Amino acid sequence: MLELTPDEWIAIRLSLRIALVATAVALPFGVAVAWLLARKEFWGKALLDGLVHLPLVLPPVVTGYLLLISFGRKGPIGAFLADTFGIVFSFRWTGAALACGVMGFPLLVRAIRLSLEAIDRRLEDAAATLGASRLWVFATVTLPLALPGVIAGLVLCFAKALGEFGATITFVSNIPGETQTLSAAIYTYTNVPGGDAAAGRLVVVAIAIALVALIASEWFARRAGMRFHGE
Amino acid sequence: MLMVAVEKRLGDFTLAVKFEATAGATALFGPSGAGKSSVANLIAGLIAPDRGRIALDDTVLFDSTSRIDVPPHLRRIGYVFQEGRLFPHLTVRRNLDYGRYMNGLPRADDEMARVVDLLDIGPLLARRPGKLSGGERQRVAIGRALLMRPRLLLFDEPLASLDARRKREILPYLVRLRDDAKVPMLYVSHHAPELKRIATAVVLIEGGRVAAQGGLELLDAGATDMLA
Repeated sequence: MLELTPDEWIAIRLSLRIALVATAVALPFGVAVAWLLARKEFWGKALLDGLVHLPLVLPPVVTGYLLLISFGRKGPIGAFLADTFGIVFSFRWTGAALACGVMGFPLLVRAIRLSLEAIDRRLEDAAATLGASRLWVFATVTLPLALPGVIAGLVLCFAKALGEFGATITFVSNIPGETQTLSAAIYTYTNVPGGDAAAGRLVVVAIAIALVALIASEWFARRAGMRFHGE
Repeated sequence: MLMVAVEKRLGDFTLAVKFEATAGATALFGPSGAGKSSVANLIAGLIAPDRGRIALDDTVLFDSTSRIDVPPHLRRIGYVFQEGRLFPHLTVRRNLDYGRYMNGLPRADDEMARVVDLLDIGPLLARRPGKLSGGERQRVAIGRALLMRPRLLLFDEPLASLDARRKREILPYLVRLRDDAKVPMLYVSHHAPELKRIATAVVLIEGGRVAAQGGLELLDAGATDMLA
């Protein structure tokens, strides 16, 4: 059996916490941005689209460095958030969650946007004639119909967050118990003599988490899809 | 009573219609592309006129001079679309109940039972729209529009996507609805035989204009004009 040391457990729990928090916080923003991109025409739309997708094409180290200089202690946004709300990102697990969220965001937005664009707008008109305000139309028609895409986006974002390495290590370093995620821990173990066994165990854990997430999303997506086709 | 006097530019087509509709079923009759469906969408509030006025009983729904434009969800106009437009993720029962809930009306099980009975959709209640036939779908769509307790019912070619047998299946329900429900109906169609069964008054629309307004005799006139 897989016997994990306390240090390894810490890295696993921390990774899961960072990935879950990153995905959960990204979700409302992801839905809002996806809706804007799918439904609205506005000045700067192409710019917003580009900015959202930038982490997908930039080297992760560059994204991490940009986060460091803007959200770090001395960065303009980081200093503001620390002074006004007491939220500190640098060298904290919250910073790792921010980096993971930013890296997963384009995948989240893309999946939700595609499913929003596939929705038959005439159903939303029908809901309006039946007395639903725009907010109710969104809550009772648009969002439920986009659910398979939302689930797919959440899984992609979660998987990206769980595996994120470059941006995280650049932004918040590799501190055991604070910012050392599963990926960072594996990287560290492979760099110390005799760390092969520990790295191997964590690799098995990483594979297991990824498989469970995939199967769960498949199950949810099938359930959501089934609802549209009767029975 | 419904009063419509609006203008709307749609591409290089201009719609300029003026008519009134009272109790019973008023047909909006005319060839395809005459702008009949656009008139229905203007009344429902799904598209906005460039100028003019739409009033239902003592409520002004749209008036360009006093800048009134009641949003569709506050108009209380039941709309039965050509393709039904049932919500695929909700059961038939929840589709039927949607308008009542959204309008904040109290539960009325007896009213639901009456409409379900009128349209013979009892066996479908637990099913989802994906598995219904075209005729069943349209009956549910009619029930859904009726159960929001509309002040006006709009029908936009509700039978156009059905074959002759299904049409015959639904027509009696529409006649029953006209006679029992006491809600004024506006019925868009280019099919004169169907309208002869349902309509009590006719507005003939051609090329975005009202060509004539009167009784059922217009259905024959319109039909010959269209053939000529």
